Amino acid sequence: MGLYRRRRLRNQIVIGLAFGATTVGLGWLAIILGTLLYEGASGLSLKVFTEMTPPPGADGGLLNPIIGSLIMTSLAVLIGTPIGILAGTYMAEYGRYARITQVIRFINDILLSAPSIVVGLFVYEVMVAPMGHFSAIAGAVALAVLVIPVVVRTTEDMLSLVPKELREAASALGMPRAFVIQRVCYRAARAGIITGVLLAVARISGETAPLLFTALNNQFFGDFPYVNAPMASLPAVIFQFALSPYHDWQKLAWTGALIITLTVLALSIIARTLASSRKMS
Amino acid sequence: MVDVALQGTPASQPAVVSRARVLARLRGTDTAFNHITRSAAIGVLVILGGVIFSLFSGALPAFREFGFSFLTEQRWNPVTEKFGALAAIYGTVVTSFIAMVIAVPLGLLITLFLTELCPMWLRRPIGIAIELLAGIPSIIYGIWGLFVFAPFLQRTLQPALIDLFGPIPYLSDVFAGPPYGIGVLTAGLILAIMVLPFITSVSRDVFEAVPPVLKEAAYGLGCTTWEVVRYVVLPYTRVGVIGGVMLGLGRALGETMAVTFVIGNAHRISSSVLAPGTTISATIANEFTEAVGDLYTSSLIALGLLLFVITFIVLACARYLLMRIERRIG
Repeated sequence: MGLYRRRRLRNQIVIGLAFGATTVGLGWLAIILGTLLYEGASGLSLKVFTEMTPPPGADGGLLNPIIGSLIMTSLAVLIGTPIGILAGTYMAEYGRYARITQVIRFINDILLSAPSIVVGLFVYEVMVAPMGHFSAIAGAVALAVLVIPVVVRTTEDMLSLVPKELREAASALGMPRAFVIQRVCYRAARAGIITGVLLAVARISGETAPLLFTALNNQFFGDFPYVNAPMASLPAVIFQFALSPYHDWQKLAWTGALIITLTVLALSIIARTLASSRKMS
Repeated sequence: MVDVALQGTPASQPAVVSRARVLARLRGTDTAFNHITRSAAIGVLVILGGVIFSLFSGALPAFREFGFSFLTEQRWNPVTEKFGALAAIYGTVVTSFIAMVIAVPLGLLITLFLTELCPMWLRRPIGIAIELLAGIPSIIYGIWGLFVFAPFLQRTLQPALIDLFGPIPYLSDVFAGPPYGIGVLTAGLILAIMVLPFITSVSRDVFEAVPPVLKEAAYGLGCTTWEVVRYVVLPYTRVGVIGGVMLGLGRALGETMAVTFVIGNAHRISSSVLAPGTTISATIANEFTEAVGDLYTSSLIALGLLLFVITFIVLACARYLLMRIERRIG
């Protein structure tokens, strides 16, 4: 075979492999989402959202895991977002050229990809062991530790994108630095920061490992205040039900998985549309 | 009389004093805001320090009891309270290795398709679809792997592998054993699907940063698409691609839920990849809430410390490499 024929053959093989790889990648996504829809949709009904988790063999729903996830996610966002935004503000504004900002950025990126089970162990050592019992607030703190790096990263990126002419104009009018940041920069980067918070929420919605030994699980709700007792969460209940030998529990696990996936996808789509609409304006 | 009545009221004070008072208050809030934001930023460092310190103090009893043999012993016996991390470390390394071997070529080929072969209107949807793979929570992969993928492999791939490598002397040990469906190979395959979008997205960013003039010069000399990628694009983006691969590796090492469902949870090192095994994160997830005794809990926390150290090193190298690329792109 001549040299040209050999080169062309090699090229065609690689192009074929590239098409094949993309088909495999997209096909996998389609299979996973399709199976999820098929298995989970058949169990979807109003009962799932209104009844508590059942013992095996009885009828029930996913009310307490859904409410538990909502409570812990909201608490985590409440705790983690202010810290994250303030830290990102320091890194983009006051400390933009400081040496320590490089270190913080490095450490933040590592925390962003750190295994979430290690975060669960950390909160266990710091909150659960001294308190003597599992609690929803410990679960919320573990999720907050996962929220903070995401919010810091997006806040710093978005605030760095604000053109410096805006800041200079505000300072020239006599505004103190804090007011320049709060009144001008935050407003300019508002959509981006909200996108970051939505991405963080999407990320922690599906997290199981940090909740396994901080908030544990609960078939009911604790006493008032509810956050001082163990609390059920959708991922932890899916973990328990899917690995059980009971068929109705497994069906509930699939339905819960479908609910989580739809929530995460919806949040990602909203965050993406917010980000792109800001870019076009 | 008016000046006596107005004494002490704000209207009587000279404008300079009131302006100075307002400016002092604003300077106070400015300094306060500076300190608050700086404390929040230092808080990020405190979190990392807290993680390392708490893991270390929790793992100290185990290290004091077992010493270095914790890393080299395979036995994991809660009854006699003798623990060794070797099986878990082996499982973590092997599943991540299988995941990388599959995901890196696949990811680079998908990136090649997206950057060179794909029509422009299709580029965004396919890119978003691949990134959706990254957004799916890992417990979904676990539950899908357990109920759909593992039985499928048990029926099709695993018997085929056992029959194919049966007569070959050394490889028959690697692909031996009854087809359980779950096992180290299944966990590695699911990890490959999870890691794929990370490699693809980072590689896509660096591939698109190659100056078009370099590629056009190569095409102008008559190179085929493959030759342009191999001799122009890949050498230019080598550092970034390696950074992306290490980022995916860091994710694969720490992945918990997907692996816990399909790895089979056996504290054993077997030569066959079709056998069940365990990883560090799967061990912790399964056994932590049932660990009785301080030594058991401490051994599990020691495993967590090991995992954190390994992922920290891998992620630090990845970030360092990616920082070098970002500095070059500017």
